[in-house]
Amino acid sequence: MLKVENLTKRFGGVAAVSEVSFAVGEGAVHAVIGPNGAGKTTLFNLITGIYRPTAGSITLDGAEVAGLPPEALARRGVSRTFQNLQLATGLSAIENVMLGAHLKLNSGLLAAMTRWPGLTARDRRLREEAAELMAFVGCGAYVGAQTREMPYGALKRLEIARAIAAEPKLLFLDEPAAGLNPTETREIDDLIVELAGRGITIVLVEHDMKLVMNVSDHILVLDYGRKLAEGTPEEVRRDPKVIAAYLGAEASGA
Amino acid sequence: MTTAEPLTQQPSRGRSRTAPLLVFALALAALPLVLPNAYYADVAIRVAINATVAIALNLLIGYTGQISLGHAAFFGLGAYGSAILASRFDWPPAAALAASAAMIGGFAYGLARVILRLEGHYLAMATLGVGVIATIALTNETGLTGGPDGMSSPDFTLFGFTVSGERQWCWLFMAILVAALWLAANLVDSPAGRALRALRGSETAARTLGVDAASFKARVFTLSAIATAAMGSLYAHYVGFITPSLAAFPKSIELVTMVVVGSMASIWGSLVGAALLSLLPELLARYEGSETIVFGLILLATMILLPRGIVPTLAASIARRRR
Repeated sequence: MLKVENLTKRFGGVAAVSEVSFAVGEGAVHAVIGPNGAGKTTLFNLITGIYRPTAGSITLDGAEVAGLPPEALARRGVSRTFQNLQLATGLSAIENVMLGAHLKLNSGLLAAMTRWPGLTARDRRLREEAAELMAFVGCGAYVGAQTREMPYGALKRLEIARAIAAEPKLLFLDEPAAGLNPTETREIDDLIVELAGRGITIVLVEHDMKLVMNVSDHILVLDYGRKLAEGTPEEVRRDPKVIAAYLGAEASGA
Repeated sequence: MTTAEPLTQQPSRGRSRTAPLLVFALALAALPLVLPNAYYADVAIRVAINATVAIALNLLIGYTGQISLGHAAFFGLGAYGSAILASRFDWPPAAALAASAAMIGGFAYGLARVILRLEGHYLAMATLGVGVIATIALTNETGLTGGPDGMSSPDFTLFGFTVSGERQWCWLFMAILVAALWLAANLVDSPAGRALRALRGSETAARTLGVDAASFKARVFTLSAIATAAMGSLYAHYVGFITPSLAAFPKSIELVTMVVVGSMASIWGSLVGAALLSLLPELLARYEGSETIVFGLILLATMILLPRGIVPTLAASIARRRR
């Protein structure tokens, strides 16, 4: 589905991502792990069009997409969440989720101003669908809330609801469990499994090793912007290079 | 019990929209009948014109987060476009209005598509430039515009009916204001409106959800420019005589001030801001020249004391007192 080849991003003289290649097959959960500064988020930003790659290729369903803007990638079924929340403060919680369905709606200005037939009815249905999505990700209690009134954990879920409102084929989750307590992390764990069950291909960046090992079918390990290892959770866990660079004694003993 | 309570039970924007607007429309419809003389009707008309333009500008500044420092230029060009076509080329005024609005819209769209490729506040700079150029052009093209002395503009006729007298003009401008309130409120609470508001909140996130930021900004800028130009045309036909100062920079700042004082991202706020700042010169008429200082003070006070604008701050304080 997604194929990344020799992807490189340099900021000035620093190569944040350097000649990384990997492939993401359909319908699986993929994880990207690595120490802080390993280039995980940069990799996400490259694939979702926020940064333009310095070199290398990204193909999605066989088409070259490297350097396309985020909105073009969204049209091809790519959606994402952000490590540092990116919710629109001018929109209420549920409107943020409704924004996720943007591409499925008539977004003409004139149609909107004149309440074009069907537009208002569609929006009312969408509001119900968005409320269901919020309940599904576990922030149903905040359907009538503004984002500034919501706790951090609920905002993380709200971003997931917004991302899946777009009905993506490929969903990138950037640290979905960061800052959450163990109970909340377990709930995110279940949510990811459930999303994968809906046929969404998921790629996640995460520091919580338990979560990564639980949900992932395939793991890519980055270190200093380069690919260090790749494989199933078992293979990665046993890889001596990974143990040395990142997992340390804790995981090798497990 | 005056803790900052969350507004969890806030109703969705859609439901409570039509009722207040209807009441307001009825009040405005009665207005021309109760105003004691032509002076008051004229003041009401100026408030309505400014409010309509402020609403159009608020869509750009308050909702989308893009600043225009040249909206007076669109207003002035609309006024002159219509006046020139109607008086020098004998076009029907309605056609003159439509043609100048279309031309200005085309120009605004082209400008926005070029400028909005750049990130940052380049739109503000570019519109500032447009305003300066427009004023110079209107002042120097004496053959067409009459130069600094200004030019006259014929009556407005539509389907053989000529709008005449303050009362008829008042009804016309009030009807347009109500229409503008309705159209803008619809836009804000729609897929396109959410996209615009999201651009102000988090452009990156909006784009990853498929919102074409450059296209939306250009389209809302164009919409705003067209509405402003059309109001300029009507204004020209209403007052019958226009000068280049209409398009000048101070006028643009006045419009931005109306939006900021009333409230960014509030349609009714624009109305309040426009009313306040349009009435002010009338109230201060005895103290010649003092309105510039008062404008500045109001803008400063708003920024410092009521950063969200008058309307949301008042609404919040009333909501708190009710508890």
